Amino acid sequence: MGLHLRQWMVVMVAPAVLAACSSTPTEEGNVGVSDRDVAASAVASGSPSEALLAEIKNPAHPAHQRSIYFDFDRYEIKPEYQSLVVAHAQLMQKYPTVKVLIQGNADERGSREYNLALGQKRAEAVKQALAALGVAAERIEAVSLGEEKPVCTERNESCYAQNRRADILYEGEF
Amino acid sequence: MVGMMRTLACLMMLWWLGIQVAMAQLAIEITGSSGRQIAVALPYLVNEEALPQSLTEIVRSDLERSALFRVVDVGWMRVPEDLIPDYAALTQRGAEAVLAGSVYATAPGVWEARLRLFDTVRRSELTNRVVQFNAGQLRAAAHRIADLIYEALTGVPGYFTTRLAYVVKSGNRYELKIGDYDGSHAATALVSPEPIISPSWSPDGHQLAYVSFENKKPVVYIHEVATGRRRVAANFRGSNSAPAWSPDGRKLAVTLTQDGISQIYVLDLTLNRAFRVSRSGSIDTEPVFSPDGQWLYFTSDRGGSPQIYRMPATGGDAQRITFEGSYNVSPDVSPDGRALTYITRIDGRFRVVYHDLTTGYRQILTDSERDESPAFAPTGHMIVYATEVGGRGVLAAVSTDGRVRLRLSASGADVREPAWGRLPR
Repeated sequence: MGLHLRQWMVVMVAPAVLAACSSTPTEEGNVGVSDRDVAASAVASGSPSEALLAEIKNPAHPAHQRSIYFDFDRYEIKPEYQSLVVAHAQLMQKYPTVKVLIQGNADERGSREYNLALGQKRAEAVKQALAALGVAAERIEAVSLGEEKPVCTERNESCYAQNRRADILYEGEF
Repeated sequence: MVGMMRTLACLMMLWWLGIQVAMAQLAIEITGSSGRQIAVALPYLVNEEALPQSLTEIVRSDLERSALFRVVDVGWMRVPEDLIPDYAALTQRGAEAVLAGSVYATAPGVWEARLRLFDTVRRSELTNRVVQFNAGQLRAAAHRIADLIYEALTGVPGYFTTRLAYVVKSGNRYELKIGDYDGSHAATALVSPEPIISPSWSPDGHQLAYVSFENKKPVVYIHEVATGRRRVAANFRGSNSAPAWSPDGRKLAVTLTQDGISQIYVLDLTLNRAFRVSRSGSIDTEPVFSPDGQWLYFTSDRGGSPQIYRMPATGGDAQRITFEGSYNVSPDVSPDGRALTYITRIDGRFRVVYHDLTTGYRQILTDSERDESPAFAPTGHMIVYATEVGGRGVLAAVSTDGRVRLRLSASGADVREPAWGRLPR
């Protein structure tokens, strides 16, 4: 069966484009300051959510880490993450109007919809833990991304472990 | 600056090329056959040259790809429908059946194909049909003719006029596509930088429900195929997913987490209200209505592991259906309500199952590693599912007796989440 016109266009044009794109570019000047650096150096002002996000940008901040990891087929928050949950609860109490979104995730093995439900259990566990520490449940939405937004795609235990997690997002990030 | 512009232009060209490759038509590879094939002669129709595109070539292609037919070469022979065919010449070439016919122009841009299907061995007529179409309806007419031949010779309805919806992922770009039964000639219903999952056809084929993550959480949308317009069907607090239409098209079963855990609700589309129907403290999800609308089959881990259950569509006690294995998920019900298909995990491998509800007997139809989202064809004789070959997502179909297999794959892209529906014609 012959190729369709569109496919012929790709076949003929691709080599020229690839040749052009892979040739060494002429000198472009210095790499320059990235957009992110520029934003960080700007003064964070105004809304509470902006202040909160600026505060936890600092890697030394106890709530800088946003991800809580889970064991295979488990939804309980392990003891090693307890202090992280407390740090986020305290942050939320400090900025009581800022909304929170918790996104739960699962590794890619199995049904997408069932994995969505597994990810949800992880998000709910974090929400419950924060509520138990005094954060108002109404300001926290727990959702799931299932297996759809993995941070890595290798088929090994180390990658699966990275995807079994819940992430805490603050208003301004969603 | 010039260098940057050049790099940008290069990147855009490569991105465009990538999209073109990803949009390439799905290709069918037959990976198994049922052994005995029916030999059918499909000569060009008399006056077929008057058509903008060949009808016969589409019919031949449909029947060959079913793996149940072998198209016999009859050269340039024409067999008009108003004469008795040259049976001797046809049987000599091995044909068991022949489609005789002519094309007539009935109005500018409108044609009529008058057809008769003959059994060349018994020398008798099997069926006849007149099919009318314009240029835009030519492909659909060819698929109807292929259905006619398929049913006349196998006793089983053809599936060539059905529509297939599926999701294509290329890098960080997701497209929800709707095409012919083989995924070809697909139009794009949605393009998104975020995932799309769980497409589900309305019973009348006019609407497609699906889950989109464009809002950073799963939300159920309903898309009107003819106009391309969509509306939000469910965006309750928490996750909204797993849409499944009731047979009367008035309700959508969905999984919501607004009560703190994944539970099944029925969304009344007229009242725009959701009613909770499952009552467990465990995960209940992946609902699907029985064809009579009375039951919901679903996945639940209330027994300690994910299994398939059934409950009344209005809620009530659930009955467990699967007892073999520790992981049975993603049910779909056959159009006659007598069987289920679902995914089972055995030794870490995810495979498609056909489960006869009357006998309780189940048959594993595939020998792959990572099958998912099985769905019955509206004719009930084939199951389409997503699987993986060479690290890439592909769609495949298997007959319910496991003997015929097809693979539909697009080069360079990841294809998943098939939904097999029927568009009324």
